[in-house]
Amino acid sequence: MNELKKWFELPVGAVIDEPGNAIKYKTGSWRTFKPVLDKSKCNDCLICWIYCPDNSIIVQDGKLIGFDYEHCKGCGICAEVCPDKSKAITMVLEHQ
Amino acid sequence: MKVMALTGNEAVAEAMRQINPDVVAAYPITPQTELMHRFTEFVADGLVDTEMVLVESEHSALSATVGASAAGARAMTATSSQGLALMWEILYIAAGLRLPIVMPVVNRALSAPINIHGDHSDTMGARDSGWIQIFSENAQEAYDNTIIAVRIAEHPDILLPVMVTMDGFIISHTMERVEVLDDDVVKNFIGEYNPKYKLLDVKNPVTMGPLDLQDYYFEHKRAQAEAMENAYKLIKEIDEEYYKISGRRYSYVEPYEIDDADIILISLGSTAGTIKDVVDELRLKGLKVGGLKIRVYRPFPRDEIKEFLSNASVVGVMDRAIAFGSPCGPVCLDVKASLQGTSLSNLPIVNYIYGLGGRDITPKDIIKIFNELEKVRISGEVPNLPRYVGVRGEENYIEQKAKLKIKN
Repeated sequence: MNELKKWFELPVGAVIDEPGNAIKYKTGSWRTFKPVLDKSKCNDCLICWIYCPDNSIIVQDGKLIGFDYEHCKGCGICAEVCPDKSKAITMVLEHQ
Repeated sequence: MKVMALTGNEAVAEAMRQINPDVVAAYPITPQTELMHRFTEFVADGLVDTEMVLVESEHSALSATVGASAAGARAMTATSSQGLALMWEILYIAAGLRLPIVMPVVNRALSAPINIHGDHSDTMGARDSGWIQIFSENAQEAYDNTIIAVRIAEHPDILLPVMVTMDGFIISHTMERVEVLDDDVVKNFIGEYNPKYKLLDVKNPVTMGPLDLQDYYFEHKRAQAEAMENAYKLIKEIDEEYYKISGRRYSYVEPYEIDDADIILISLGSTAGTIKDVVDELRLKGLKVGGLKIRVYRPFPRDEIKEFLSNASVVGVMDRAIAFGSPCGPVCLDVKASLQGTSLSNLPIVNYIYGLGGRDITPKDIIKIFNELEKVRISGEVPNLPRYVGVRGEENYIEQKAKLKIKN
């Protein structure tokens, strides 16, 4: 998060007048479990990218390359929707 | 300008016709029903451009009004009593989102027991919800205050919702002589509504009402408190502008025969009119009495209260609501708080609770109050607890206590 603003510097009524500024709000510290990718099992179907509620699946040239750990809250949806035959994403306890 | 015979409800409906809001959402409740009935007739007759939304409850009425206001519309609703109580959750949301909604409230008692008549319990409960509250003494003031409220609410340094109140039945259903301004005078006075943020402005997308946690919630609430302070500074400028178009000058408070008054009685709403009559009568008998009407109750006119009470020997404060469990009624609490720590800290103040559930307050009752205040002035003995005026059994109760030598 940027430096916190003072009360008289804020838009009226707590309006967010800058679209997409949720990117500045780092929610990675909320995580208990973090997703870990086994790239050898991944076939880049990108179902995880469709389902991730926090835009935290990083894709480059149509390929899954990793996770945005600054914003991923560790909800585990990516691991859940990863197809049974691949199971390329596993959730592991943070700080282990 | 034209003179019309209107009830308080009709006068406010007339003001709303001239304001011509973009959206009005409403649900009927006695004694507000007649107000919206009249306004929906204007809608049906095509006299306004308003999108009229008939909803299934007051919670929805204010929610729809909040939605319309956030979308960028000039939006209004009106209610009473249980309706205001049902709006409770949304009152704070309208204020927190800083939406300039104007809502006439026709004051009525709260259940239980169920009662449809006038007292101030409904709006007094909402006094700290972040809404500006303006009380009207008569139909003329209800009309004027509704128009003024639009300018107050929409002032860019204020941006707060405003309740304009009038006493249920006593004002809402009594026909009076009302001076109504010309339509285009009102139109020019209120001007176009151009909010800085509107949800329907798709070229400048905004989010309203987002999650606001430990890091910013407090800052937003602090800013909201400052908006109320700004209102306290700016309402007089808007009142002054209204004087120029109407010839009627309003202020935060209205003093009556106060300059040399020893005894001053403070009140809100229609009772202030009765007090003026009694003051005239007692003045003829040589008693130095005066009245002080509070028109703007939120923000509370703390400086004016101090100023106008500075020469008083004793003060009575009339509350048409009980603040259960509190040392005194809500208006009295505010008056005492405003004087605390000033040179008037020790000014004797007696609180009178009266008129609940539409119980009449007569000139006779007010003469009694002035007489009691005169006794307090001479004896210096100030009752600690509120006096209940016009309730059967109270005099026996006080007698009983006096016999038992319990100091009240």
